[in-house]
This record gives sequence, structure tokens and C-alpha cells, in this order.
Amino acid sequence: MKDESFSWVIGGPQGSGVDSSANIFARACAHGGLWVFGKREYHSNIMGLHSYFQVRVSEKELRSPVDRVDLLATFEEETLVRHAAEVVAGGGILYDPAKAAKPIEEIETWHGFAKEHVLERLKGEGLELTVAGVLKEAEKRGVKLFPVPYTDLVNQLSAHYPEKQLSKLTRVVNVVAVAASLALVKFDRAPLDDAVRAIFGRKPEIAEINVFVADRTYEYATQHYPGGLGRTLTTRASPRRLFLMGNQAVALGKLLGGCRMQTYYPITPASDESEFLEAHEVFDAVPAAKLPDGKGSILVVQTEDEIAAITMATGAALAGTRAATSTSGPGFSLMCEGLGYAGINEIPVVVTLYQRAGPSTGMPTRHEQGDLRFAMHTGQGEFPRILLASGDMEECIYDAARCMDYAERYQLPVIHLVDKGLANSNSLVPIPDPSRIRIERGGLVQSLPATDPPYKRFAFTEDGLSPRAPFGVKGALMWNTGDEHNEFGHIDEDPENRVKMMEKRHGKVLLAAKQIPREEKVNVFGPPDAAATIVSWGSTKGAILDAMASLAEEGVRLNFLQIRMVLPFPDDVVRDVLSKAKRRISVEMNYSSQMAGVLSERTHLSMDTEIVKFNGRPMTHNELHDALKRAAAPGAPQRMVLTNGS
Amino acid sequence: MALKLSDLRTEVHQDWCPGCGDFGILASAQMALKELDIPQERVALFSGIGCHGKIHHFINVSGAHTLHGRALPYALGTKLANPNLEVLCFGGDGDGLGIGVGHFVHAGRRNIDMTYAIHDNGVYGLTKGQASPTLGLDLQTKSLPEPNINNNVNPVALALASGVTFIARSYAFDTRHLADTLKKAVLHKGFAVVIILQPCPTYNDIETRAWYSGEDRRNPETKRPMPRVYKLESEGYDPLVKDGMTEKERFAKMSQALEKAQEWGDEIPIGVFYQDLSTSSYADRILHRIPSYLTASPATQAIAVDGGRPAADLARIYDGLAV
Ligand SMILES: Cc1ncc(C[n+]2csc(CCOP(=O)(O)OP(=O)(O)O)c2C)c(N)n1
Ligand code: SF4
Ligand SMILES: [Mg+2]
Repeated sequence: MKDESFSWVIGGPQGSGVDSSANIFARACAHGGLWVFGKREYHSNIMGLHSYFQVRVSEKELRSPVDRVDLLATFEEETLVRHAAEVVAGGGILYDPAKAAKPIEEIETWHGFAKEHVLERLKGEGLELTVAGVLKEAEKRGVKLFPVPYTDLVNQLSAHYPEKQLSKLTRVVNVVAVAASLALVKFDRAPLDDAVRAIFGRKPEIAEINVFVADRTYEYATQHYPGGLGRTLTTRASPRRLFLMGNQAVALGKLLGGCRMQTYYPITPASDESEFLEAHEVFDAVPAAKLPDGKGSILVVQTEDEIAAITMATGAALAGTRAATSTSGPGFSLMCEGLGYAGINEIPVVVTLYQRAGPSTGMPTRHEQGDLRFAMHTGQGEFPRILLASGDMEECIYDAARCMDYAERYQLPVIHLVDKGLANSNSLVPIPDPSRIRIERGGLVQSLPATDPPYKRFAFTEDGLSPRAPFGVKGALMWNTGDEHNEFGHIDEDPENRVKMMEKRHGKVLLAAKQIPREEKVNVFGPPDAAATIVSWGSTKGAILDAMASLAEEGVRLNFLQIRMVLPFPDDVVRDVLSKAKRRISVEMNYSSQMAGVLSERTHLSMDTEIVKFNGRPMTHNELHDALKRAAAPGAPQRMVLTNGS
Repeated sequence: MALKLSDLRTEVHQDWCPGCGDFGILASAQMALKELDIPQERVALFSGIGCHGKIHHFINVSGAHTLHGRALPYALGTKLANPNLEVLCFGGDGDGLGIGVGHFVHAGRRNIDMTYAIHDNGVYGLTKGQASPTLGLDLQTKSLPEPNINNNVNPVALALASGVTFIARSYAFDTRHLADTLKKAVLHKGFAVVIILQPCPTYNDIETRAWYSGEDRRNPETKRPMPRVYKLESEGYDPLVKDGMTEKERFAKMSQALEKAQEWGDEIPIGVFYQDLSTSSYADRILHRIPSYLTASPATQAIAVDGGRPAADLARIYDGLAV
């Protein structure tokens, strides 16, 4: 695969500042006008276990990670030993020479197959079973080594600062690694300073220390490694963009979409979204909204559990609020009953479901798309819902806003499916365009004429939508109940009433299916006469689009049907696209090809090849490139399991 | 125009068993609402699942007959979203102290201004009489195959431990006392809990109406029954923690309430056990962070302007994220 992007990886024990290093690096590149895609991998642990961050940089738009590493930045042994083999010939490793003697066996935080493989490899090559052995192995493959004596450097620097700053200076090794990396690819200084100042904006003193350190590191690296890595990253002009994580994208969409109460119980990888919302609980409003002091607000409530999260959000919705909750699999499990209550009472409530690797606790910080079927069928009995799956950060923004809108327009629960891959990735997104968001309050009744016949919350109507009053409207008394009910909301088990109520509720999704435009349901990419058609949903979109582009350069023409609205299922469009396909390939981050199953249920069309991955690591550009190339050719296997990633 | 009792009645058939204490609770709730004279539409009423849960359908105000154990978080959600509504919530003892007990504890921590009444009948009525969390150890009510093997939870003590700022008990068949207690609870600025002793003639054949009124223990001279239930008010009991009291004085009030909560059997106190006027309400706490919370609440603030454009203008948030 031809790939001109630059892949930088930094790693270290959790809690040591890997994230902030990566953040500085990625923002520096973005400030320099480049495209970046950042992927975070970490353990369910606060301090000590290995985590790493990949930042992929290019002049062209990027949407996914790669397996290859061009420059590996390390401070300690474990990152070096784990990732050295990923560094390509011609790439480089930054490391602390003081750590080279460490025997691999003594890395206590690392166990498992990957460690055994490294030891076997070194033994096979007759190399020392130490960090130095790994470095030697890399060097033999043509990897350049860049020893950086972090301690010496930092000690020299601390001489420039009064005593009290010393403790703070231990963290500056992070900036040393970032600055050294950027110096090795001859990147301009200015964007790095911009990034440092933006990130430490609240602590200008710390920002200036870091700028100083960056300066000295650049000097050091230029002096000691004048040739650099042999690759360069060049700044360029670009429009202003947002550097976002998926969590933040969803939060922005909710604010724009009118969400004014969010409940949550802490869970990875969902809670960052709620915390972001809480940090921005008071925000500016456009003057025409005539809000006090020109401010809007969102109330964020940390509840005692996810049952309270969904029921509290539903209570807020009954009062007329656009309300939502965010969770991942374990929490969503607790929400089943509450979701059904919102279903039978036609209450607009939104659940953002961040999928992570299950079942049970599974791999809580790892990626998977294993909850599709779960989200389609959560709850006992049958009730209508809308289920939307976003494919990238920009879709997260607009879909989150749309979910708020659909919920109210069709008076039902809406589930927004995202995943860990999106939640913890960084990418660049155009500044949101508010004119792309429409808020329709779906027949919300704000007042009733006094002469009206008694208000019926669940009145039978042509299209199934009844006038919905929030609590507090004079004359609009109503009862909600989890029991089957009559038009007023009182318990009623009459068989005729039951049939009418079921038809009414389910009729609303037929209406939604009819009214919601095609472009909100699916995306179709690529030429219509492609050799094969890919079908997928959710965050695999990025790797698929990147792979399609690189395959096109090799003359392999594919097209791609991205299903965004899972319920109501867009039968017609899907059948239309798939029936014209020469070959059909599904791509999903789960074991059982859940969407392929749904597709065959809905369209009676099956896949020629099902590509799956379930090792907890997002699909990479290169592995999907290779897999799709194979799958697009005649005679491809029926099932392909991808396993890349560390 | 003042509210009439008839305004608060619905036409829905009341399907409780004859003699059920829930009738007394219904009547008292309607009396309290009438006497408080809050406009009907400003009230939101919630109930859980169990016999008690039907109460909502018999009262002519908006609300929700919710899920088993979850009435409280639904009610809290409504109150938080629109703090101008008067929120009342009715729960069962199984509902609120069994499956939903977690919500009870956390509602105490928050001190949201609403009323929570628990129908304490010692049994799971609607599932045919299993032991509820308030039934005493070794008691064997009618449908239990064996005597109760669990000890009971003391709701007054649990409420105290959870930080509830208004804790009262009343009796379903003393409708005047119960209506007055509910009124005090509604007027209290904070989370108010009212435990209602509720005879269930169908399944609880131990704590019956006759037992509460002492039919089995008559005064040897007058031959009159000696009621087991007595009123704290009549003893000069003072439950109030006033603003400005020291922590020590507050602890003394808590100890007094805890001690009273232990009385059971031949002497069962009803009335207000504890009322703390010194603890901030949740709305006060929110106001420190969101100054417009009461005037532009989550439920009432404009979210869109002309033609459905978002009311939120996030330009300043973008500044922090832009490159
Ligand atoms: C999640 C769930 N589990 C079990 C039930 C079955 N259920 C219905 S009512 C009830 C007990 C009601 O007891 P209580 O709350 O004391 O109310 P009462 O009937 O005594 O008024 C139970 C367990 C249910 N509805 N939902
Ligand atoms: S079972 Fe008990 S609580 Fe339920 S209605 Fe009958 S008497 Fe009342
Ligand atoms: Mg009960």
C-alpha cells in the first residue's frame, strides 16, 4: 500500500503524561495546517500500565490509524520493547540510553503472547534479551536510533529555574519527546509553541517553561542529529478547524440540538462526554433566544446508577426538556426497562451508547461494535425506536443533534450508537454549521384553549402522533403508565384498544421512515460500477474510506454503503444498492457480523465475504486495504478475521 | 377559583380491596392538594408499581405511574427539569425500600424540593403478599409459607442516615393527620419523606386496622380500645433544626429522632420526627453554578430561534478547540 502519511507513536505508563504529549504533538501538526488522526490505546488502570497514542499526520485528509510506525518516542523500556518491531526500515526510535540494559523478563507490567513473541524472536536471532537487544534488532532492519538523555537534559534545564519549579520540571520530559520528534522531521517551531500555549492556556507560567524546554530540545536535536530522520513534515495553510475527540463531538451536537439535561453514571468511554458538558453547563445563546444574560444552560446530573440515569432523563423529558443520557454496554444493560417505559409512553429521550468490547466488563477500554443487535432489541415486548450509528466525528455532531430532534418529532426513545474508537480518537472537523441543524419540536403543546374537549395525551390520530404537552400546561392533564393504556393514559387492557395502541406506536416509525431523507439514513461512496460493494456502519467508515482511496490508486474500484440509520431500517435504499453490487463485502468490528445478519433478514441478500475484527483494536488503514483487496477478488473466503494491533 | 375536592377526582374505577389503607391515603392526598390550593397543572404526581401505584390514576393531576422501584428518579427528573412544578411521589414499601432503595438514599443526599410518601403495608400487595422490607423478623403474614427470615429496615432511621431533611410518619386511617403531614411535607423546602402506615387487610393479618387502633387491648375500666398509634405533636416533641443551630444541636435532634424511630409495638409514634431547615436545597446548589436555573430552567428555556435554528451559540467553546 502506498502511504505518504507520517505515523508517530508515543507510549508510557498510564498517568505519566502520554496523552498530553500526544495532544501537543497532534495539535502542533494541526496548527501547522496538516491533517491528523489520533488514536488512544490504554488499559483499565489509572497508573502504571502501558498506554500509547498514535498520531498519524498527512497533507491529505486522514480518517484511520495505520499499523506502521515511522517514529517511536519512548521514555522507558516497555514502550520500546512492545512497539519497536512496528517501526519501519528508515524510521526511527527515540529512547533513553539509561534504560538500555534492562532485561525484558524484568518488565513486570507486561505479560502475554506479545512478550513471548519478542523473547522468541531475540533468541532466534541470537540477541541479548534486553532493551539493547531489541534496539540492535531494529538497527539491523534499518531503523535509526536517537538516544535522548532525558535526565541530563532536564537537569541542565532546571538550572535555569528557581528551586520551586523542579518538581514541575519532571513532567517536561513529555515536551522533550515531542520537541525532539518534531525537530527530527524539521518541523517549524511556531506551531509547536502555539500548541503548547493553547494546551497550557490556563497556566501561562507552565506554558513558558515548556516553550523554553522545546527550544532547548530543538537545539539539542539539531546539533546531535543534523540529518534528522530523513523525512520532513512541512507546515501549510489551512482553514480553521476543530481538533476534536468523539466524546466532545457528541457533546457539541447535543448542545446545538437543544439537549438541556444530561444524566450519567460514570463509565468508560462515555463519561468524558458528560464531563465536557458539565464543564460547559452555561453557554452563550444567540440574542434572538432572549435568554437571561444571553446564556443558555444544560443541567448535568451524575446519578446513583444507570437506572436512575435513564429514568431521570425521562422524567425531565415529561416536563418538556430535551434530555439525554450517555453510557456504554454495562450501563445500557441496566437501562432496558426504562427504555421500554419511554417506548410505551411515547417519551422523547436519547441514549448515547458508546460501544466497547464486551460481554460483561469485557475489555472496558478497548474498541468493538458488538452492541448492534442489543441496541436494536433492548427491552421486553415491542416498541418503536430510532437507532442511529455515526461513522466519524463530524457525523457525531450532526447525528447527536438529530437524535434530539427525531426523539421529539416522533415521540420515542432514540439510541445513538457510537464506540470507543470514535470516543477516544482525535481528528479535525470543520467548524459546525448551525444552518445544518433544524430543531422541530414535534407538535409540542404549550397552551390549550379553555373550550377544548378534555386533553388526550395518547389521542388516536391519522399519523400516530398525538399532541404532546409537557407537565405544567393548563388544561392538559395526563397520565403516563408502563401499562397498556387508553387515550388519556389510564390502564386499559381492552383487546381492541391494545391493537389500536400498538398500531399507533409502531405507525410512528413508518412515518419516520417516510419523512427522514435518504441522506440522513445512508451514505454511498465510490463509483456505481465498482468491482465490489462494501457494507458497514459506525466508525469503520474511516478505515474503509482510507482503504478505498489507496486501493483506487492500485486500480481496485470499490464502493461503500454506510448504514447510518439502523432503525427504522432503510430497506429500499439498502436493497437497491446491494442488489446492484457485483460482490458484497461486510466490514464490522464484531465476531458474528451482526449487520450482515440484519441485512440478510431485511433484504434476503447475503454477503460474499464478511470481514470481522474483535481483538479490541480498531481496524487500520493498511490491514483493511489488504483485506478488501483480497475480498474484492473472485474466490475470496466467506469470512476473514483481522487481527492487527497492539 | 379555589380548588374543590371533586376537581381532584377521576372517573377511573378504584380497584383496591375493600378496607385497604390506600383509600385513606388517596383521600388524604386529595385533601392536602385541595387545601394547599396549588393549581392542578402545577402539580406532577408520580407512583411506583404495586397496589399503591394505582393512586395516580385516581387523582386528577398530571404525572406518571412509573416502574417498580423507579418512581423517585422519574419524579426527580421532572422536578430538576422544571423546578416550578410541585412534585409528589408515592411509592410502595417493596417498591421504594426494596428494589428502589438506592434511589431513596441518593435522593436524601441531594435534598431536592419534593415530597415522597411510602405506603408501608409490610407486604408486596400486588404480587400476593410476600414479605416487604418493613416486615419484622419472624412475623408470618397470611401468605408467607414460613415466618419472615429477614430483619426489617427502619425507614425513619434510613432516611436520617441518608440526609433527608424532613422525615415524618402518619397513618392511612387518620386522614386528617395524614393530610396535614403531607401538607407540611409539600411546604418543606427540601426532600420530604412521609412513611404511611397502611393496613393491607388482604395480606397483612398482623398489622391490621384493628391492631393499630388497639382493639385487642382495651382499657380495663372504660373498655375502650387503646390505640397503638400516638402523635408526637401531642407530646411536645420538637423536630426542628433551625438555621443557625450548631452541629451539636443538629446531632441532638437526629439522635432524638433515631430514638423515637425505635418505638414500635404498643407505642407507635406518628408525626414529624425530624425537620432540618438549615441544609441547602439542590436548587440552591445549582443556582451557584447556573444563575438562570429558576427563570430559564431546562424545561422552559428556549432551545431554538426563528425557523428552528439552535439557540446555542458555541463560538466561544470552538475557540478553545480550534486550530
Ligand atoms: C422489575 C420488576 N420486578 C418485579 C415486579 C413485580 N411486582 C409488581 S408489584 C410488586 C411488589 C409491590 O409491592 P409494594 O411495592 O410493597 O407495593 P404494594 O403492592 O404493597 O402497594 C412486584 C414485585 C415488577 N413489576 N417489576
Ligand atoms: S392487596 Fe392489600 S394493599 Fe393491595 S389493594 Fe388489597 S388490601 Fe390494598
Ligand atoms: Mg407494600
